[in-house]
Amino acid sequence: MTRKTPLYDWHVELGGKVVDFAGYKLPVQFDGIIEEHKAVRNGVGIFDVSHMGEFEFKGPQALEAVQKLIANNAARLKVNQILYTPMCYPDGGVVDDFLVYRLGEDRFLFVVNAANQDKDWEWVQENTGEFDVQITNQSLATGQLALQGPRAQELLQKVYDHNLEEIKFFWGNSEGRIAGQECLVSRTGYTGEDGFEIYAPNDGIVTIFEAIWEAGKEFDLQPCGLGARDTLRFEAGLPLYGHELGPKINPLEARLKIFVDLEKDDFIGRDALLEVAEKGVERRIAGIEMKDKGIPRQGYPVEVNGEEVGFVTSGTYSPTLEKNMGIVMVKKEFAKAGSKLDIRIRKRLLGAEVVKIPFYKRR
Amino acid sequence: MYPEELKYTEDHEWVRVEDGKAYVGVTHYAQEQLGDIVFVELPDLDEEFEMGDTFGVVESVKTVSDLFMPLSGKVVEINEDLEDSPEVVNEDPHGAGWIIAIELSDKSQLDQLMDSETYKKTLE
Repeated sequence: MTRKTPLYDWHVELGGKVVDFAGYKLPVQFDGIIEEHKAVRNGVGIFDVSHMGEFEFKGPQALEAVQKLIANNAARLKVNQILYTPMCYPDGGVVDDFLVYRLGEDRFLFVVNAANQDKDWEWVQENTGEFDVQITNQSLATGQLALQGPRAQELLQKVYDHNLEEIKFFWGNSEGRIAGQECLVSRTGYTGEDGFEIYAPNDGIVTIFEAIWEAGKEFDLQPCGLGARDTLRFEAGLPLYGHELGPKINPLEARLKIFVDLEKDDFIGRDALLEVAEKGVERRIAGIEMKDKGIPRQGYPVEVNGEEVGFVTSGTYSPTLEKNMGIVMVKKEFAKAGSKLDIRIRKRLLGAEVVKIPFYKRR
Repeated sequence: MYPEELKYTEDHEWVRVEDGKAYVGVTHYAQEQLGDIVFVELPDLDEEFEMGDTFGVVESVKTVSDLFMPLSGKVVEINEDLEDSPEVVNEDPHGAGWIIAIELSDKSQLDQLMDSETYKKTLE
């Protein structure tokens, strides 16, 4: 069954091209991916991300349960602080990657990928039985918006009754209201721009969207779809599960070392990752710029002197750089900036050069 | 929207016969479905194809779609402007956004294509 988010009627009203994605009907675009992408880089755009899953951990051993599951260290979070983490299998492969919010001393929230939420939920259930913690799946009851871009704060402040200046990067606040609705607002996102993510119960999120939409008129607020969400995260070098991460890719290969705390007490996958860290990775993620004309896409082979050395994990035309760019997983010795690689695109072998990730950094 | 002098295929391509050559492109409907077109892979001149063969690729930001030969023939012209300005396919799909011109090997195949009215009905 394909679900609709609480904002489905709005997507249709605003001319969204609706597709099935991770079990949801969601807009892939409204006015064109490039136009939406540029609006977020230069102004402000709004995304419905209600498909994301939310698991809440509550109870005396909430922290212990969270710590066992994730590779990053939630003990260092203050209340209202947020971290990004991979969640690993015992062999170091990745179950999912997500944000963890510390909502209270003994209260945490995972915001997981829609496509992984059933698998994640099972994994969390299977691995937390020994703890005194109550875990609830709030995915179906919770809506989420992302308001992203250099003008996001100015716009959101028009409708938000707390001072947004006080919400720093990777912090949240559950006390403020939008249009009288309770919500969790955090300075987070998946675009490489400043911006906020807003969580509320399903009916609240519609009221909140309508208030932001109305206030957004003077900002030329752009409704954005999944297409722009992908190109924006791609330019910002943010990994996407199923592309740069997966059961067969560990976080160290994916350049996520700073989100893995090997000093932390035991967590699932720690032994395997310690071993990888000691030996060093054999392959890793790198960015490429196409030198010949062509667009690298997921799965295309990467070659050097006719030998296959890796594969493309993501690739597209970069609207900001106006170049064809890619992210590849290649043998370590070819992952250095300046390395020359060939990408097999259909029957042609096209030249590319390794460049630094992220491709885009906001000023 | 769909000029009467063009012939159309089920793959949302069009053909215009002009000076003994057949110009080929994708329809307005196709470009709208694809979204922002950012790359067109063209065949080489003089390449020969059968009707239905893949002769090139059109890529939007998110998608990669094959281009199919609407008719059998030899490539006698390619629209090189698309290499630097693929967005022309979005802007003027039935005109400046043409992709290749072919010399037909079997003119009778033209009868298998749809006229404008019939094509429009397939979109309803």
